[in-house]
Order: sequence, then structure tokens, then C-alpha cells
Amino acid sequence: MNNDQEIEHKIRTVLRDHARLSKPIEQIEPTTDLYQAGMTSHASVNVMLALESAFDIEFADHMLKRSVFNSVASIRDAVAELTHA
Amino acid sequence: MNTPVPFQNLGMPRLDRQRLRVGMDVVDIRRVSESLDRFGDRFVQRLFRPGEIDYARAGEGQAAERLAARFAAKEAAIKAFNLSEAGVAWRDIEVQKLPDGACRLALHGLAAAHVEQLGVCEIALSLTHDGDYAAAVVTALVAPADGAPVCAAAAAPVSFSFPS
Repeated sequence: MNNDQEIEHKIRTVLRDHARLSKPIEQIEPTTDLYQAGMTSHASVNVMLALESAFDIEFADHMLKRSVFNSVASIRDAVAELTHA
Repeated sequence: MNTPVPFQNLGMPRLDRQRLRVGMDVVDIRRVSESLDRFGDRFVQRLFRPGEIDYARAGEGQAAERLAARFAAKEAAIKAFNLSEAGVAWRDIEVQKLPDGACRLALHGLAAAHVEQLGVCEIALSLTHDGDYAAAVVTALVAPADGAPVCAAAAAPVSFSFPS
């Protein structure tokens, strides 16, 4: 498993455990809208906190946008931005 | 004296901005309890200001439902003011408990700046909880773009505060 795959695997694990999606994480495509898939705003807070623990990062206030947590792909971009900072 | 006007007869000119804003949200209190168990103080500190935390903890056994209602209020405000892409911290949207028991919304930092830019001159907040759920509604009145006196005569927007 390369680094990108490992990051996506960790993101999917966080989503499986905290996003309360209405379908199995295996059925979630990288660009699937997670809010449409059942993630509430409160669940997105849990996802954010779990991502911070999983990647040892902290989401700055300016990143607290719906679009940042909208999909696996958008989360992956945000994690990449924070881990490369 | 305010005489009710049939909606279809308002004859109002087309306004260049939305005059009445509303947002609502409902939160499952059990999910908030789970977040408190899973993330503890990180969850609390990330979302709430000291006054909100103190009030929630002052109610014996009521912390989760009080925090859930406050989180619902923050999300209702985000919806009412289209803040979901503004990069606003939840802490900058605060529910303040007044001495008479009423609650009001206090906005800080970027949230206050955005809402001021919208021309909001009055905000009303309503919170409720029953059983497993807490909910909040935020309504706001926006001043006319031309500065007509509808809002100018209203109470000052005391709920805005800009930290240094």
C-alpha cells in the first residue's frame, strides 16, 4: 500500500466509524457527496476530530467549510494540505 | 397599528437582497453524548465558548442536551446566513443565556463580519429540546439596501461583537 492509498484507507476508516453514512463505506466513491450519503453536520464534527487524531493534524478555522468535508477526495486534499504544511 | 396585509397584495418592489432569513437544525442528543464520550474536552472546546460550557455543565445531567441545543443553534445560524463556505469557527457563533432566561445569538469574528455585511439588523433565536432531540431556529431581519427606516428604528444589533 503506497502513501496515497494509506491516506485514503485511513480516511475511509474514519468515515466508517464516525460519519454515520447510510451505506457501506465500500460503496462510497471518492467524489460521492457524503452529506447526501447521510452525514449530518454533527457527524462531520466527529469526522473532523477523528481525522485530526488519525493524522496528527489540526483543521484551521478557515478550513471549516462544508466543501472540505464533502467527499473522500476533498478530505484527502485537505489532509494533504495539512500534512505537507 | 399594524394591519395584516394579504400576502398577494403586498405590492412590494423587487428587493435586491433577501429581507428575512431563517435557518433551523435538529440534533440527536444521544449523538452529542457519544461525541462527549469519544472526544471529551476536544469536542467541547472546539465548538463552544466558555459561557456556553459553563451553562451546560451547571445543569446537573443536562450537559448533553444543553450542548446539543447550542450546536443546533450554531448550525441554524450557519444556514440562515449562508456561512457553510465562509470558514467560520463554531465558537464564533455563541448562544448567550440572559438573566431573564431568554437566549440570544452573539456573533464574533468572521461570523459577525459576514452577518454585518449581509445587513442583518435583528436576530431572533429559539431553542427547544424534548426527549432525544434538541432543535433551534434562527430568524433574522435584513435592512433594506437603501437604508429605509425599517431596521434603523429597531434595536441596535447588540448581538454583534468584534474581538480585537
